[in-house]
Amino acid sequence: MQVNRFLKNLKEKIIEGILTLSGTITSIAVILIIIFLFKEGIGVFNQAPMEKELILAVNKDNHVKELTPRQIKDIFDGKIAMWSELGGSKDSIKLFRTEDVSTYFTEEELGANFEHLPQKINEYIAREKNVLAFFNKKYITKGFSGRIIPLKKIGVMDFLLDNEWFPTAQPVAQLGVLPLILGTLWVTLLAILLALPLGLATAIYMAEIASPKIRSILKPTIELLAGIPSVVYGFFGLVVLVPFIQRVFNVPVGETGLAGSIVLAIMALPTIITISEDSLRTAPRQLKEASLALGASHWQTIWRVIVPYSSSGITAAIILGVGRAIGETMAVLMVTGNAAVIPHSYLAPLRTIPATIAAELGEASYGGLHFKALFALGCILFIMTFIINLIFEFIVKPKKH
Amino acid sequence: MSALTPKGNSTRKRILQIVGFGAFRAITGFVVAVLFGILFFIFHEGLPAMTWKFITSNPENGMTEGGIFPAIVGTGCLVLGSMLFAFPIGVMSGIWLNEYLKDGYLKRFINMMTNNLAGVPSVVFGLFGMALFVNQLKFGDSILAGSLTLGLLALPVIIRTTEEALKSVDDSYRIASLALGASQWQTVSKVVLPVAFPNIFTGLILSIGRVSGETAPILFTVAAYFLPKLPHSIFDQVMALPYHLYVISTSGTDIEKSRVIAYGTALVLICIVLASNILAGFIRRYYTKKNKT
Amino acid sequence: MAKLETKGVDLYYGDNHALKNISMQIDANTVTALIGPSGCGKSTYLRLFNRMNDLIPSARIEGEILLEDKDIYEKKFPIDILRREVGMVFQKPNPFPKTIYENVAYGLRVNGIKDKKFIDERVETSLKQATLWEEVKDKLRKSAMELSGGQQQRLCIARALAIQPSVVLMDEPTSALDPLSTHKIEELIFLLKDNYTIVIVTHNMQQAARVSNKTAFFYLGELIEYDDTNTIFTKPAKTMTQNYITGRFG
Ligand SMILES: Nc1ncnc2c1ncn2[C@@H]1O[C@H](COP(=O)(O)OP(=O)(O)OP(=O)(O)O)[C@@H](O)[C@H]1O
Ligand SMILES: [Mg+2]
Repeated sequence: MQVNRFLKNLKEKIIEGILTLSGTITSIAVILIIIFLFKEGIGVFNQAPMEKELILAVNKDNHVKELTPRQIKDIFDGKIAMWSELGGSKDSIKLFRTEDVSTYFTEEELGANFEHLPQKINEYIAREKNVLAFFNKKYITKGFSGRIIPLKKIGVMDFLLDNEWFPTAQPVAQLGVLPLILGTLWVTLLAILLALPLGLATAIYMAEIASPKIRSILKPTIELLAGIPSVVYGFFGLVVLVPFIQRVFNVPVGETGLAGSIVLAIMALPTIITISEDSLRTAPRQLKEASLALGASHWQTIWRVIVPYSSSGITAAIILGVGRAIGETMAVLMVTGNAAVIPHSYLAPLRTIPATIAAELGEASYGGLHFKALFALGCILFIMTFIINLIFEFIVKPKKH
Repeated sequence: MSALTPKGNSTRKRILQIVGFGAFRAITGFVVAVLFGILFFIFHEGLPAMTWKFITSNPENGMTEGGIFPAIVGTGCLVLGSMLFAFPIGVMSGIWLNEYLKDGYLKRFINMMTNNLAGVPSVVFGLFGMALFVNQLKFGDSILAGSLTLGLLALPVIIRTTEEALKSVDDSYRIASLALGASQWQTVSKVVLPVAFPNIFTGLILSIGRVSGETAPILFTVAAYFLPKLPHSIFDQVMALPYHLYVISTSGTDIEKSRVIAYGTALVLICIVLASNILAGFIRRYYTKKNKT
Repeated sequence: MAKLETKGVDLYYGDNHALKNISMQIDANTVTALIGPSGCGKSTYLRLFNRMNDLIPSARIEGEILLEDKDIYEKKFPIDILRREVGMVFQKPNPFPKTIYENVAYGLRVNGIKDKKFIDERVETSLKQATLWEEVKDKLRKSAMELSGGQQQRLCIARALAIQPSVVLMDEPTSALDPLSTHKIEELIFLLKDNYTIVIVTHNMQQAARVSNKTAFFYLGELIEYDDTNTIFTKPAKTMTQNYITGRFG
């Protein structure tokens, strides 16, 4: 008897232990995800967006203190030609890159194995007052007479607000997320604007107007459509919608923000319909009867009583729809054309954060700057959806009592 | 009669209602037509591709001909692997959260975390899976890494379904069982779980449907572009249906020529979702009927 | 001319014959109580007069139902005009989750009235009629859900009165309330009866005796007896009525 009770208790404890363990594993998994994401993502900051071996040097009389990635790109693109534009003297910038050494020096000067290159670079920088030189660290000699100027490190604000995303640009990567954030928001916004009225009308029709029989057919089938993989919706968008948009709007490519928004709207519809319909049906019959008994028409009752009563459920549907749309990857990747530019028209290609991650992670080398930048994008995405979830938890849920 | 204007806005109201209802009926018709149009389109275009050979043979000719057998097997492996991981842990976590853990900050915190996890985009899971499983733990691109990533994605859904299933079991069952001297686990396993089981089980079936169609999490953890042989171990790469569809419709060797294959693949994916939904429906109905009698 | 009248009305919910050949006349400016055991069809009968049974798809009605000699089930009788004329108060207080003011104004608004001054006036008058004004006049913009159950029910009465009906149907208006609130509502009914035709369903014999002029006793869908309240409670013609009011069944 005693032994039996002991064994029973032991068994209870063991089982409870196992259950606790799996709960703990789950919690740890969540925390791990956050840690990994942010550890890699934060790595992008406080680091210059240039390969580690490269350095940037000027003549020692030059007073320019620091350059930003953007400025360097503009210099390379010829948009900035004068030192004065960078806070220096009124001279034009003379660019020096190791790739074109042969234009500055002859082969004899450099030596057969470029053994004199470091020295030549040094001389050149000392001689040319207006030089801006890019070269490999290993070419720095003992008596280097130029001044190495630091490239500005990537700050959070630059990362968020710079308007160019070109992580593979040479010599400095352009890591401005703004076009991607705006692209994501644009596509999501239009998608919700399209899906909301359609979805709400359908939900109201199903909950209030349709006969029970029609409803009993519509409801499960629409729920089913919520389960269709996004890649299938993307494929449909690609073979039907994209050519259609190209033809109708007579644009060079059909892969546009509009195509992305429509596909997202189609994908959000089942969610929006199902959740708002559920919540519309929670409106108590007594309220409906009270309204009708006062001479209101069914239509008036819907708008004045039933919809306001279910507004928190409908808000929940919208919020969930937005959350899904922001994070949707494959479908958007397949139909938006993925041009990383600040969106200016729905009839032009644009690019979203998730699509960028999916498209570029394969080519980014593990642990490199690009890789980390993609994780930083993942962090932004995570934060966006986290905020949406918080709104949902604290604003929508309590009202549902 | 009433002091309000005798006719009032009666006619206007009626007309508004007729117009409004008409408009809503039309909108619903439109929405349903679009949604079903997609299904119909894929069925219509995909059916010709659906032959026995298509399902059982390897891709040929730069994936413009032949079948999708390796992708079907690959997706099967991933579904199996992810469920082997996520289902036990998910169900056990759900039981722990609902039956053992007392209400308090810890429970609220974990619940909030799982809810949050459920809202995290699948591509973020892909990122994480790549960083942890593929690189940190050195699983490489493998079934193991892909399954774990997909499993994590399914975890919050399974936990939530389990919790909801358990919550819908009336407390009086628990109290009655505990009052008879049954232990906590006896109560859970003999009284609560049997009642909650059908709902948990349908949840499992539905997450199979969902997991099999996920693309973003497997992009960088397992999916192979072209690999016409079957995996030998959990450290092998595999092809997978959703990724295959993505590849041959966007960057295949000859996109136009692979269209038929793409339609066929899309149809297979839809069929998996359909099948899991129908199966879940059957299970639900079977158990409701059984419980009634 | 009777204010309300039913002529040989039968009502079926599917196969359930819920009202059997009911003929009854209700005079203007009286309070008529409907009594009878649960499920005998009182609510169903009451809901004939504002066509609330229309909401139930399985309900089928035969016979004539007249308001001032006009058949209210005729196509030409717009349902919203009927419901403006015949107000209703429900068993459970069911204010809208809106402000007190908006609850009372609701009926006016849905009937196309936009004149703010007129609405203000009607809200005040109706709340006064429902003896609620003093309690809520400082918090008209507060949610109606913050009121007590009894106050909510009086608000629902005010809401019904705001559109100036001539008939008020009340389905067990006090069954969800405490004795004090019940008392207040009974007083209110007493005040209203000079200007309104009131039909009230109640399970409370004393209430029927206290507030009504006439009483109708229903049993299993049939109208057993209908007479002056005094007669019903002192010397009913049928033993079944006698048994019911003395509490021997039901
Ligand atoms: N919506 C409905 N659908 C089907 N049958 C109904 C419906 N409402 C009422 N009934 C049936 O009609 C009969 C009369 O119901 P009714 O509600 O009128 O009774 P009642 O006298 O008001 O009862 P109570 O005192 O309990 O309110 C009952 O047999 C009831 O089951
Ligand atoms: Mg009743």
